[in-house]
Amino acid sequence: MIVLSDVLILAAILFSISVAGIFINRKNVIILLMCIELMLLSVNMNFIAFSHFLHDINGQIFVFFILTVAAAESAIGLAILVVLFRNRQTINVDDLDSMKG
Amino acid sequence: MFEQIIFYIFAGLLILSASMVITVRNPVMAALFLVLSFFSSAAIWLLLEAEFLAIALVLVYVGAVMVLFLFVIMMLDVNLAPLREGFARHLPFGLAVAVLMMIAMGLVVNSSYFRSEGMAAQVSFGPGYSNTTELGQVLYTDYLYPFEIAGAILLVAIIAAISLTTRKPRSTKTQQPGLQVQVRKKDRLRIIKMDAEKQ
Repeated sequence: MIVLSDVLILAAILFSISVAGIFINRKNVIILLMCIELMLLSVNMNFIAFSHFLHDINGQIFVFFILTVAAAESAIGLAILVVLFRNRQTINVDDLDSMKG
Repeated sequence: MFEQIIFYIFAGLLILSASMVITVRNPVMAALFLVLSFFSSAAIWLLLEAEFLAIALVLVYVGAVMVLFLFVIMMLDVNLAPLREGFARHLPFGLAVAVLMMIAMGLVVNSSYFRSEGMAAQVSFGPGYSNTTELGQVLYTDYLYPFEIAGAILLVAIIAAISLTTRKPRSTKTQQPGLQVQVRKKDRLRIIKMDAEKQ
């Protein structure tokens, strides 16, 4: 029988993997976007686990909204990426320093 | 017991594919492994009786977002070699942060409160239970206003994505009303004096 902490640990592992992915792929914007998707997936898994084990449907509603916002976010992010590549011919994060930040 | 075996199989698949996403060299392969991780987490969500969201994850993410990702990856002609440099240099630091975070979260999450049998004593719903009906009844009553806002957010995303990526067509001859209104008579008409022609 699955207990709550099994799912929570799985989500924690998934979140840590995606944080590590952000650290080691810090030049490639596409992989960074994928790591953000993985993070959102692990958060959603926490919501669904609590919703299941506490018998509360509201957690699934939140997952629904997170899915909506994440889809919008990745669509706009990829659009920005396409425009960026069209203007600069690169998606390397190190080359995007024209604002001297 | 059967549930546990299924859970561990898909959890292992999920962790494996997630770590392949962050380590694999080719972005197309990374996107495909991300698809695999979405599928295996959809299976875990099915196990947790969130059927509607599991199907929505497959339809929305695998069907739309990941196709968008693959489309963008294949459309951009990215030179991969400079993007990979520094991978080995950042690997120890990233791994250290991840392991530390994992230990911290694991200590909290693995406490006796979350492990207790009270948290595991879920009664499965009967065969007549419909997750979609339940979700819809809450979504269209208590969460009606956030639902409308979510629709507006999607509309904004559509408009933003289209307006960001459209290029101005260079060849079309469109009218510019502002310039047309600004034109005065002296800009266009030149009156010259000349002698009359003789027959």
